[in-house]
Amino acid sequence: MRGTQVNRQSAERPPRGEMTAELRPARRLRAAGKGLAGTVPRGVLLAGALLTGGLLTGGLLGAQSHPAWAADSSRSHAGVESTVVGTGTPTAHRSLADLRIEWPDREQLMRVLLLQDYNTRVVLAGTVVLGAAAGFVGVFMLLRRRALLGDVVSHASLPGIAVAFVLMEAGAPGNGKWLPGLLAGAAIAGMLGVLCTKLILRYSRIKEDAAMAIVLSIFFGFGVALLTTIQNMPTGNSAGLNHFIFGKAASMVAQDVYLIGTAALLLGLIVSATAKELRILSFDERFAATQGYPVFGLDTLLMALVTGVTVIGLQSVGLLLVVAMLIVPAAAARFWTNNLSRMTYLAAAIGALSGALGVVASALFPRLAAGAVIVLTGAVLFAASMMVGTRRGLLVRWLNHYRLQHRVGKQHVLRACFELLEHRFERDANLSRDLTEHLVTEDDLLPLRWWTRRRLRRLLARAERDDLLVGVRDGSYRLTRHGADAARKVVRNHRLWEIYLIEHADIAPSRVDRDADDIEHLLGIEVVRELEQLLAEQHPQFPVPPSPHKIEPTTS
Amino acid sequence: MIQSPSEVPAARDAAAEHPASAPLSIHDMTVAYHRKPVLWDIDYDAPAGKLVAIIGPNGAGKSTLINAVLNLVPKASGEVRIFGKPYTRQRGRVGYVPQRESVDWDFPVNALDVVLMGMYRRIGWFRRITRRYRLLAMEALDRVGMADYAKRQISQLSGGQQQRVFLARALAQDADLYLMDEPFAGVDAATERAIVEILRDLRSRGKTTLVVHHDLQTVNDYFDHVVLLNMRLIVSGPTDEVFTRENLRKTYGGKLALLDQVGHKMTLHESGP
Repeated sequence: MRGTQVNRQSAERPPRGEMTAELRPARRLRAAGKGLAGTVPRGVLLAGALLTGGLLTGGLLGAQSHPAWAADSSRSHAGVESTVVGTGTPTAHRSLADLRIEWPDREQLMRVLLLQDYNTRVVLAGTVVLGAAAGFVGVFMLLRRRALLGDVVSHASLPGIAVAFVLMEAGAPGNGKWLPGLLAGAAIAGMLGVLCTKLILRYSRIKEDAAMAIVLSIFFGFGVALLTTIQNMPTGNSAGLNHFIFGKAASMVAQDVYLIGTAALLLGLIVSATAKELRILSFDERFAATQGYPVFGLDTLLMALVTGVTVIGLQSVGLLLVVAMLIVPAAAARFWTNNLSRMTYLAAAIGALSGALGVVASALFPRLAAGAVIVLTGAVLFAASMMVGTRRGLLVRWLNHYRLQHRVGKQHVLRACFELLEHRFERDANLSRDLTEHLVTEDDLLPLRWWTRRRLRRLLARAERDDLLVGVRDGSYRLTRHGADAARKVVRNHRLWEIYLIEHADIAPSRVDRDADDIEHLLGIEVVRELEQLLAEQHPQFPVPPSPHKIEPTTS
Repeated sequence: MIQSPSEVPAARDAAAEHPASAPLSIHDMTVAYHRKPVLWDIDYDAPAGKLVAIIGPNGAGKSTLINAVLNLVPKASGEVRIFGKPYTRQRGRVGYVPQRESVDWDFPVNALDVVLMGMYRRIGWFRRITRRYRLLAMEALDRVGMADYAKRQISQLSGGQQQRVFLARALAQDADLYLMDEPFAGVDAATERAIVEILRDLRSRGKTTLVVHHDLQTVNDYFDHVVLLNMRLIVSGPTDEVFTRENLRKTYGGKLALLDQVGHKMTLHESGP
């Protein structure tokens, strides 16, 4: 039981004061962590720097405690919670109905934000590294559309944990909770879950979603059954195993960060080494196969990476939520960029940031579970990205839609004006053909299209602002020189497209872009010439190619 | 080589003497999905340096033929040789243009990235993409008239432009035999002309190209050879010899409406009564 004693010592170490020896490496770690969360121009380098920092710190910290993970449950769960992430408030006496949020006072705030608590630093390092690795791997999982398979991996890992515990307990009583062993068990079981899904898909006609649901619930059920059995076993050393379900970031010690950091570094290196191959696999699996890439092998590699992230996230975030660490940062990053490598770096940054913010928040509010807060922080970042993301955020899309409406409205006004005048020319050959000389009134335009007077007024006002029309007197307008040119161009393109649809509809109606200014670019100059000729043959007398169908004001 | 159903036994005998160096030779290939055969006993040698159209009604197994050659679907029987060797040893000599709908065009890459994928194998595992390959990819994009769109995200390209990017990726492979799955499907007129130009350019460089094709009206203009397919190989040979109304009827069976529509456009190569 030597391990127990040493661990207890490390756990009961006061959070500050006598820790000057460890402060220096911890600062370095903090700086590196901030670097990753903030800037991130050279993702891999920074992540590497961070991980190296984490490893150094972990190594230095770890040298002072026993290499084994918590062998004694009393350490992490009673002791650490109150002294470590918790801010000293005991949680046991609160009733369920007590939903008050206890706001941290100034001193607590400063202590957390300045990372003065040794254990906050440890937990922070662990989750930041985890978040970065999860974002990195998650991008490819998302693009390969394997998001739910991540859920299979995490749920399936539970029986692995239980079995690993039993085996280790049987081999060396008291050492059943050696973390690397438990995580190895989780990894094996997780991959086994994926394998079972693939086998069901291969040898039955069950669809993919059903196969995944079957596998994940059966494995999870099996895991829960094993855990409850273990808890009734005489060894009585199993308390805390169920923390893997919901996660317990507070139970992380330096040794764990060391392990997580190494694993995350490895995962990150594998991803960046095979980024090219994962990209072709995710984009075009069949083409990858014709190029001689082992599609099954690459898929297995991807699932191994996912399993790796899941396993190192089990402790802090828990198996129910770890899949969110994989998907949410990747999905959020997609709103900001159309570039895959930028997306991976961004996802890593978002993952690291949500890890860091989550830990800080749960340190300030000890009643919130760190794992959940991390995921919720990620959700906030996701929602923000969805709103204001520069590439495909909702705001950008709304803006584009608004611009489109604006442009279409403008074109409608111009075409209506032009067609109105054209109609007048047709009736009276003596009229001047200068478009800018004639008045158009609101009442003239109203029956030409399906618009309300209110909308027409708004469009006219806007056209006036854009210097396409000038208001002569109330409700009367005249096209400006600029407006007349624009109207001619709009009508010409519109009619050419119409002719194209009539002539070439059998080839590619779906490619018609009525809005395109560069019709020549889309169709090729020869086609446009041919269309123009067709128009000219039909109506040689007008300054622009007229509409192929007869234009009449739709008078009611 | 002209085959008609009545001559099938004779064709079987001929199978023993396939030219060893044909760009593509298929021997007695049968492909089945879930025990239901889609292609029966296909026996075919592609002529070197020609443009070949693979023609047949929907569900005739045109795409399956290409997929089976590329090992994308398992073969129930038969053998495929590319320039006399198994496909797995000749991957580098076969360029592939999949159907445009087969991928997610929302993927976060630009046109140049897609073209570069055609050279990943040459670049090699774990290696970075160097400037040399970027230039080669730009060259391929230029050949399909898409150099201006290299940095454009692929979802912002029109269908025809996407198809040209796929074509550029195949060109970047620098293969000797090209297999294209409906490159003309849903493209605009300009792209159709551009693709035809590229196909002719490939032919002039001595490459062999097999194209799954739908538009019967353009077969005579675009292709030297045709393969008429409907679960089995009806007939194959030079276009002006085998692309006849009679053979089309055998291929398309009772779908007369379609045939009548096409019929008057192809009086040029009418044969039979």
